[in-house]
Amino acid sequence: MYTMGIDIGSASSKAVILKDGRDIICDAVIQAGTGTSGPDRVMEEIYSKSGISPDDIKRTVATGYGRFSVETADRQVSEITCHAKGISFLIPGAHTILDIGGQDVKAIAIDDKGSVRNFYMNDKCAAGTGRFIEVMSRILEVDISEMGDWDEKSKENVVVSSTCTVFAESEVISLLSQKKNKEDIIRGVHNSVVSRASGLLYRTALEDKVVFTGGVAKNEGVYRSLVRELKRPVYRAEKPQITGAVGAACIAWNDLQQ
Amino acid sequence: MLDVINDSMTSKEMLDILVAKNMEDARQAKKNGGLVCWSSSIAPCEFMEAMDIYTVYPENHVVGIAARKGAPELLEYAERKGYNNDICGYARANLAYMDVQHCVSEEMPLPDVVFFCNNICETLVKWYENLAKELNVPCICIDVPFNQGDTVTEENIRYVEAQFKQVIAQLEDLTGRPFNYEKFYEVQKIAAQNANDWYDATMMCAATPSPLNGFNMFNYMALIVCMRGREECGVTFRKLKQELQEMVDKGESGLKGAEEKYRIMWDGIACWPYLSHTYKVLKNLGCNMVGSTYPSAWALRYTPGNMYELAKAYTSMGNNLSLKGQIDLRENIIKETKCDGVVMHMNRSCKMCDFLQYEVGQKLQEDLNIPITTFDGDQADPRNYSKAQYETRIEALVEMMADR
Repeated sequence: MYTMGIDIGSASSKAVILKDGRDIICDAVIQAGTGTSGPDRVMEEIYSKSGISPDDIKRTVATGYGRFSVETADRQVSEITCHAKGISFLIPGAHTILDIGGQDVKAIAIDDKGSVRNFYMNDKCAAGTGRFIEVMSRILEVDISEMGDWDEKSKENVVVSSTCTVFAESEVISLLSQKKNKEDIIRGVHNSVVSRASGLLYRTALEDKVVFTGGVAKNEGVYRSLVRELKRPVYRAEKPQITGAVGAACIAWNDLQQ
Repeated sequence: MLDVINDSMTSKEMLDILVAKNMEDARQAKKNGGLVCWSSSIAPCEFMEAMDIYTVYPENHVVGIAARKGAPELLEYAERKGYNNDICGYARANLAYMDVQHCVSEEMPLPDVVFFCNNICETLVKWYENLAKELNVPCICIDVPFNQGDTVTEENIRYVEAQFKQVIAQLEDLTGRPFNYEKFYEVQKIAAQNANDWYDATMMCAATPSPLNGFNMFNYMALIVCMRGREECGVTFRKLKQELQEMVDKGESGLKGAEEKYRIMWDGIACWPYLSHTYKVLKNLGCNMVGSTYPSAWALRYTPGNMYELAKAYTSMGNNLSLKGQIDLRENIIKETKCDGVVMHMNRSCKMCDFLQYEVGQKLQEDLNIPITTFDGDQADPRNYSKAQYETRIEALVEMMADR
């Protein structure tokens, strides 16, 4: 029996098909979020990739910022609960989740069953989110997917403010005009994101295993900076962007069992 | 004013009449040469009432403006004048109103005297000093020390009590009349009774299901703020209590059109610019706000005529308590009103609320194993709130409550 999880975020759309609550049969990610063609395209892609017909999907749960725009969903569940269930499914033994998405940063403490114990999210500010890195990548003229590789080459410590995206943007422009190396500025940007996010993590309760999810978890530079900051192993799912959708598909399966 | 309401009316009808008449009476008083006072919300109104000084409340006035979406113009005016947007939204809007004297809500007459008691926050000190300086009117202050320790000390109470003599002297100077001790005693009897009636009515939300939803309670709050020294205030609350008791007897919920599935405590001031949104999101998920610090905030209990007890009541109110006092207060509310979760308003205006919030939240979770969520907002400034962020957090809270 198939269930589907759909996660419509602010920057991307993700879908997952789960078989019998155990096996991820297929997943799809489109880099366009709510209010764009992304949600429709991710549905087209997952059906064409999997060869499964919409009629075979017994239940669908939607999550993410655009969760209420998914007409095929049987119900909506918040991203917090979906990430908790998704990570608990993918990485058993996880107790702390840091999710950095397009415009949200979430720190979530979960128990052994994947239930949320506690969570904190960013305030009304884009600092420390995926959007922050996107803005900086434009100024630096470096493709966002290459930011991690550039970061690896950094040799000199450069500090970028973590308080405000707009001010940090001016700061980066100023660092560029001072002829600072791009790789050092990029590491400064990544450290700034982690500085902001770790504040939420420390507040929420930091317990092993710590798992990093969301689109930003694909950025090796941010990942390495997080490991340096936390001084403990940090786990990532193989595809960190789809964990919310996996959780949604698991919840859809659990619904059917009740 | 008792002639304008009668027992055949519902408490809501009484409330509407009294709120409208209250500001109109203040405007008339001003026009006819009477004295008008601007006062902070939990200052001893007993003194002003005793001297027939018509008292209006800037905090309550801004609430009306913010709820009608009229705050941005005033906030921007204040910012242009030099008040930083980190300053309390009530203060900014009121300091602007002092100049502009126009708003989307009731017009409030300018004061002949300003009066504050810093038992609720310290911003009041500079806010009211500025009002007094710019309007060239006297500023009467009752300085209440913060209760750093676990108890309200004798020294603090005596210090506050000693200031009452000074307040009386200032009022005699202002009015040119001797202080009316007889009326003062009568007003104390009314105010002390009103405090009990307010608490008794609003704590009806301890029943399951609660006959009162907290957002409806916010409406009635206008009376306890603005008319605490008037008899009709208590008449309305006693009527409200009677109506709520009838609902309890029938097992009716105050959450209109929704079943009360979860009971939550709201921590902090309401997010007035988005009152309807914050309410509807909760209601649509079956959450009734039954717990808050508002019932106890005006439960100022004392024996009429006893100045020491009067000082103690104003010194011991919730906002003026130590961290432990604030935690104990909330734990009792959660237990008494049987709450399943807590929504904490990270209110950018109120430093008093925000700086304690994290520690309070941690302790509530630890001691009561109750889920909490926080959201960004403001009591007057709509710019600090995001609807989508609020919705996600409330949904997650509901999912956590459902999971326990």
